[in-house]
Amino acid sequence: MLAMNYRGPYRVRTVQKPMPEILHPEDAIVRVTRSCICGSDLHLYHGLVPDTRVGSTFGHEFTGIVEEVGPMVQNLKVGDHVLVPFNIACGKCNFCKQGLFGNCHESNPMATAVGGIFGYSHTAGGYDGGQAEYVRVPYADVGPTVIPPDMDPDDAVLLTDVVPTGYQAAEMGGIKEGDTVVIFGAGPIGIMAARCAWFFGPSRVIIIDHIDYRLEFAKNYAKCEAYNFKSMEDPVLFMKKTTDWYGADVCIDCVGCEAEGNTLQTFSGRVALMQAGAVTALQWAINSVKKGGIVSIVGVYGPPFNLLAIGNVMNKGITIRTNQASVKRLLPKLIDHVQSGRLKPSELITHRIPMEEISDAYRMFSSKLDNCIKTVLIPPSAKA
Amino acid sequence: MEPINDDYKNIPGWGMDADPENEPTYPIKNYTGDDHNRINYERSPQQLQTVEILKSIERPSLSVVFGTTVPPSGLSGMIRRYAFKHSEDRYRHWLPLIMADRINVCEGVISDVLHGHFPNMIKERGWAVEWKYNRARFVKKIGIATLIAAGVAALVCKTVNDR
Repeated sequence: MLAMNYRGPYRVRTVQKPMPEILHPEDAIVRVTRSCICGSDLHLYHGLVPDTRVGSTFGHEFTGIVEEVGPMVQNLKVGDHVLVPFNIACGKCNFCKQGLFGNCHESNPMATAVGGIFGYSHTAGGYDGGQAEYVRVPYADVGPTVIPPDMDPDDAVLLTDVVPTGYQAAEMGGIKEGDTVVIFGAGPIGIMAARCAWFFGPSRVIIIDHIDYRLEFAKNYAKCEAYNFKSMEDPVLFMKKTTDWYGADVCIDCVGCEAEGNTLQTFSGRVALMQAGAVTALQWAINSVKKGGIVSIVGVYGPPFNLLAIGNVMNKGITIRTNQASVKRLLPKLIDHVQSGRLKPSELITHRIPMEEISDAYRMFSSKLDNCIKTVLIPPSAKA
Repeated sequence: MEPINDDYKNIPGWGMDADPENEPTYPIKNYTGDDHNRINYERSPQQLQTVEILKSIERPSLSVVFGTTVPPSGLSGMIRRYAFKHSEDRYRHWLPLIMADRINVCEGVISDVLHGHFPNMIKERGWAVEWKYNRARFVKKIGIATLIAAGVAALVCKTVNDR
């Protein structure tokens, strides 16, 4: 089968790989129909996630047709068209039982800080991902969800990560009616967080980035205010001024470890690798939020550590809320939002690229070329 | 491990200010109290281990399922095995893994060549789309990289000649 193959930082290609096999009685084999490149895949692509081994296949946002099921699978049958949450969850451990499906304790032997994630390095369990024609899906009765027959498949594939992560970013903000919410990062997750923030009743939603076409897209899609931090002398000061010198009620970091905007952070975190990426956006979030405010983090930061103004968190009494999105917990609500027409995630998709052109697809998304917002890969077996 | 003070419920005031509504993790976490059972929950059957899996020393056994792609091998594999002797708290875990990743890239190129495949760096790096959509910046980047490489080469040559 054809699969994406990581060769090193900024180098990927497609190769023929052996077909995946059932390795556990609760596994399924899924033929991929759509697969996305996620912003967090770029951290792998840029070589920033430890234990990313040459030969790995990335991809944690995908839909597909069930081709084979293990003997203990009861809820899925061959031929079902499913969306597969990015987190691999057993449904039985104490974390899963309490809704923390992104923190499953039985899907990743290689690190205790993170649950298993498809195609996201050996730090996240060493699974091959969905940027391939076929993929092994563990715990097939827990995560995979049959796509409603009236749902656009392009909407469905974005329900595997982008929509739940954006929604949970807003949900963790504890947004109250009338609040001012500031979102750092106008990538797909930031745009979705801005759109989903309105579900919680704020009076203002502001998004900050440095790429004009993305800000323009966010303004139209999420009906929010959009500002380019490169046009500001000091983004934190701008936030204070625009909130009557009070600070935002809620700040959301949708950027993670590859933030721009601070030379020292960029050099120490992205060039010299003296810390686990640049923490500029989170720093701005902490310093822009009001005293007693809430900072929600869904931007991805790697181990082992970052240089951050933690003293201000304490002195301002900030509550930090963060987690990998618990996709399974959120799916019923989000499917309803999509089916009712309140959310149209597929409008984020700007590029549809054959999987054979994977290296171009990664470069285009990484370098933000051709006004790229979201890229969907189409495997050859899905075109038939 | 049992609590050191097994009579803790008789401590004056024990639990009197507990507020079940004070649950900042809701609704992300639907607290059930199961956390106190620790890892004593019902598990699915264990996936059979058919390849080498490097396990975090912060857990007693493999998780029920795990990925089997790209087992550790070569020099990078040796470094990864060393890294996994240390907990996730230690730099001795993460920094060797980052180093192993870089060595693994070289191993990948060597493996390609030994298998008769010379990697097409231009294609694998997606430079065609940079050329198509971002030509001016791309040319600038290549120019800067060439200048830096030429400078380093000149410096090395000068050092060798001086000796």
